[in-house]
Amino acid sequence: MQLLPLVEHAVKGRVWDCRMCGQCVLHATGMTCPMTCPKTLRNGPCGGVREDGRCEVEPEMECVWLKAERRSHSVVNPDSWEREFAHLRPPVDNRLRGTASWANLFTGRDRQTPAGWTRSGTSELPSDDRLEVSLGEVDDLDSLDQGFHARTPLA
Amino acid sequence: MTLRGLIDSRSRLIVTAEFPAINGGGLDAVRAKLEPILPFVDAINATDNPAAHAHASNVSIAIALKTLGAEPIMQVVCRDKNRLALQADIVGAALFGVENICALTGDDVTAGDEPEARRVFDLDGPQLIAVATRLGQGQYLSGRTLTPAPTLLVGAVENPAAPPLKYRVERAALKSDAGARFLQLQICYHPDRLAAFVAGCVERGIDTRTALLPTVCLTKSARSLAFMHDSVPGIDVPQKIRDRVAAARDSAEESYQVTLELSRHALSLTGVAGLHITDFRHDGSLGRLVTELGLRPDVVVTTA
Repeated sequence: MQLLPLVEHAVKGRVWDCRMCGQCVLHATGMTCPMTCPKTLRNGPCGGVREDGRCEVEPEMECVWLKAERRSHSVVNPDSWEREFAHLRPPVDNRLRGTASWANLFTGRDRQTPAGWTRSGTSELPSDDRLEVSLGEVDDLDSLDQGFHARTPLA
Repeated sequence: MTLRGLIDSRSRLIVTAEFPAINGGGLDAVRAKLEPILPFVDAINATDNPAAHAHASNVSIAIALKTLGAEPIMQVVCRDKNRLALQADIVGAALFGVENICALTGDDVTAGDEPEARRVFDLDGPQLIAVATRLGQGQYLSGRTLTPAPTLLVGAVENPAAPPLKYRVERAALKSDAGARFLQLQICYHPDRLAAFVAGCVERGIDTRTALLPTVCLTKSARSLAFMHDSVPGIDVPQKIRDRVAAARDSAEESYQVTLELSRHALSLTGVAGLHITDFRHDGSLGRLVTELGLRPDVVVTTA
């Protein structure tokens, strides 16, 4: 599996300037890598885009998200990609940096999000049962009074 | 009435303002800056290293404002801290009764006086809105329970005047869906763009869930307008406005009049819930503006 990230980077690095975040969202961003945004924003352009559409941080380049938004409407993209552009994408899982997103896509690892993450802030909380299973975290306040939280498997 | 009460009821137009940066002088310094504006505003933004310059922290100023009898809105930007620190700040400030959060992506470090700093952006603006909203529901991003849940009112910022203009309404919808109950819109010197943005939000029904608060900026001279145009990311001041202020005999008064006109226009738009005011003059103009706009008829101005 060590070969796969190399191959992926060789291809995607050349074509999309891929930064190997390991959780590829190119299909939802008009095939424009959001990690090339100097602020590595995953959910659209910041408020600093210049009047001529250039990047606030690196004025020599066009805003990555301006490009992404334009490309998201491309006729060669499936409709679903255009719709996905508007979705709220979760925070980056920094543990996946440098791994092959192709493998993570196949295993579904790239779609795992923290238990407290939801697309919509207004949705209901998951039930306590689900939480415990998904977290595997035990807070024993008597023995862990220093604010230490042990991650122990729940069997 | 609290900001939450006003947003829920929309019983009258809302006025919020940016608090000036504080670098020292204890609570007396905060009080001195607060007193001239407190009677005219419903809530005040405690800024978070504005324009990427270090100042007394957002948390400290929000607590100070609360202590001094004002209702703070604590700005939280993604530039300087990772998700752990951002959540800790929000939860920590809530211990002191700081309920209002304004989540921003933040200017880049290169906009400030320490451009060599490491930029963080572990979360982006929309993600931070969702995370803060979830904190208010009693859960950290990890899923760990927060009991009791802090009382939070989460809002954000959107720029109605930066490209891609059409997409800005989509972005407002994204933020509203993520939990933003108010949007303090970036300073905008293009009334047509603001009107189009607000109309787009009304069409999508965003304005009923999320209070839209356009920002107007009180400046004193053509120089400060030029500075904003040249140096503040995402703000374009049309040449016509800069020329008008530069050509005026009394440029301080002329720039006030520009702000007054922009404010009247913003408030005339269906879907606007109030105003956010950034004051670079600090000469009582904020009170004058609020009074002339008739925003706070409940405030009786007494001259000493």
